[in-house]
Amino acid sequence: MKMERPVQARSLPKAPTGIPGLDEITEGGLPRGRPTLICGGPGCGKTLLAAEFLIRGATEFDEPGALITFEETSDELAQNVRSLGFDLDALVEEKKIAIDYVRVERSEIAETGEYDLEGLFLRLGFAIDSVGAKRIVLDTIESLFAGFENQAVLRSELRRLFRFLKDRGVTAVITGERGDGSLTRQGLEEYVSDCVILLDHRVTEQTSTRRMRIVKYRGTTHGTNEYPFLIDADGFSVLPLSGLQLDHPVSDERVSSGVPALDTMLDGKGYYRGSSVLVSGTAGTGKTSLAAHFAQESARRGERCLYLAFEESPKQLMRNMRTIGVDLEPHVKKGTLRLHSSRPTLHGLEMHLVQVHKMVSEFNPAAVVIDPISNFIDNSTAIEAQAMLLRLVDFLKAKQITALFTHLTSGSAALEATDIGISSLIDTWLLLRDIEVGTSRIKALYVLKSRGMPHSREVREFVVTPKGIELKKVAGKAGKGMKKR
Amino acid sequence: MTPENGSASEKWNLRLYTAGQSPKSLAALDNLKRVCEQHLPGRYSIEVIDLLKNPRLAKDDQIVAIPTLVRKLPEPLRRIVGDLSDTERTLVGLQLRQIK
Repeated sequence: MKMERPVQARSLPKAPTGIPGLDEITEGGLPRGRPTLICGGPGCGKTLLAAEFLIRGATEFDEPGALITFEETSDELAQNVRSLGFDLDALVEEKKIAIDYVRVERSEIAETGEYDLEGLFLRLGFAIDSVGAKRIVLDTIESLFAGFENQAVLRSELRRLFRFLKDRGVTAVITGERGDGSLTRQGLEEYVSDCVILLDHRVTEQTSTRRMRIVKYRGTTHGTNEYPFLIDADGFSVLPLSGLQLDHPVSDERVSSGVPALDTMLDGKGYYRGSSVLVSGTAGTGKTSLAAHFAQESARRGERCLYLAFEESPKQLMRNMRTIGVDLEPHVKKGTLRLHSSRPTLHGLEMHLVQVHKMVSEFNPAAVVIDPISNFIDNSTAIEAQAMLLRLVDFLKAKQITALFTHLTSGSAALEATDIGISSLIDTWLLLRDIEVGTSRIKALYVLKSRGMPHSREVREFVVTPKGIELKKVAGKAGKGMKKR
Repeated sequence: MTPENGSASEKWNLRLYTAGQSPKSLAALDNLKRVCEQHLPGRYSIEVIDLLKNPRLAKDDQIVAIPTLVRKLPEPLRRIVGDLSDTERTLVGLQLRQIK
């Protein structure tokens, strides 16, 4: 009998996955030299996650890998990961990855008498040795159960298999299909007890959300929530949702809103850097114009700005803004401004969040505009929306990014009561609306709140000219405050 | 189609995959020889492939279980895993049953 290894006081050695977000929630990666089980229903992304772990290991961490596939041929697999931007064939050519497609077809196999799976072991060993693999993926070993009758042999061989992998010192990822009431159909979790990750793909009201949860991770702390993740052209990204604490760095620095008159209303200096700004108003009141001014000003200072437009395409936005004297195009060409459009209904809320997260991490902007956030909110429940905005605001604040959100309010709802209770998250809140002055109706702007500065309480007329936004004194009395439309 | 009897001149080409001299592998070879002598006297050939010596062949020939017997000829290709201790099932697997 083999003795149990002595318990190590040191923290568990880990093999980084290189997948954005996953290393954060696992606090460093998967357990090195041990097997990890990735399970989930069909189409949840198990195979891709396993393959990406292997590929990133080979390309980013100088750890060659062996890919043992039971379901897909090497060609099919290469094709699938190519959609994530990975070239498996090239890695095989460079001897960084070895692939073996193990085909077991019960209809072709007759069984008589005793046998074991030594052939499989030899193949694993051969694959590992051929590239000096430090990582191995078995996708999905449950296929063996469909190929052989003798379950007792299979179970004892599986146990031997995991011992074999540990002895070889490879970091292994095993995938398994989710079963009824258990993590995997064949109870693989019984054999792999070091780390179990569950993937989930659910569809609510026709939008799909992918989520990941670490069910267990022996000998280490880890995030225990369900984390949304995304599979796109660059592979996996997981949203860690960490840092939900109020300990962001705080800046005294101010950044211009892009409208001099508005800066004047804000203590003469504009927004605080790293603060969150909400511009809300009814349709056609000039929210996007205000956002565009801010984006342009930011880019003009040479600071990167990410503008997420959920209602207009970049071209349309640039054209429309040009008519009010805001030319965004040169900044886009220079690379200081990035315009990104997508439809809010394209993904679920969390997917959008993951996407924003990813773009911010890539582009590293000093300012982010989300125009508008209302569409998301309409697509989801209030609790979800609030949770998402909280995460988003926290994330941006932690990075000292000045964020400007626009929000479309419907004419009937009480404005100040808005807005899914996000007021507490917002530092500076600007309101745009139509008001009646005497016998005419004008657009007006006022500062509802602005934390940490003495701001103007005045209602200004909001005029959009071909040269930009102007804020004029309202002639005469605007009645008692502002009348609602 | 492939008649279980085959023509008397039909050549049988069998390949047995083993991993070293394990008891199961040795038993399989013994059992195989016995069956062949009985049912295919003079018209069979057995090739034993030790995968310990040549692990690459496990991949190339899609071997998972040990021992595995592969009937290369006559076609179609058949695979039988196990030590062939169950003669009845071995014969069925090899499609030699009716000869019995």
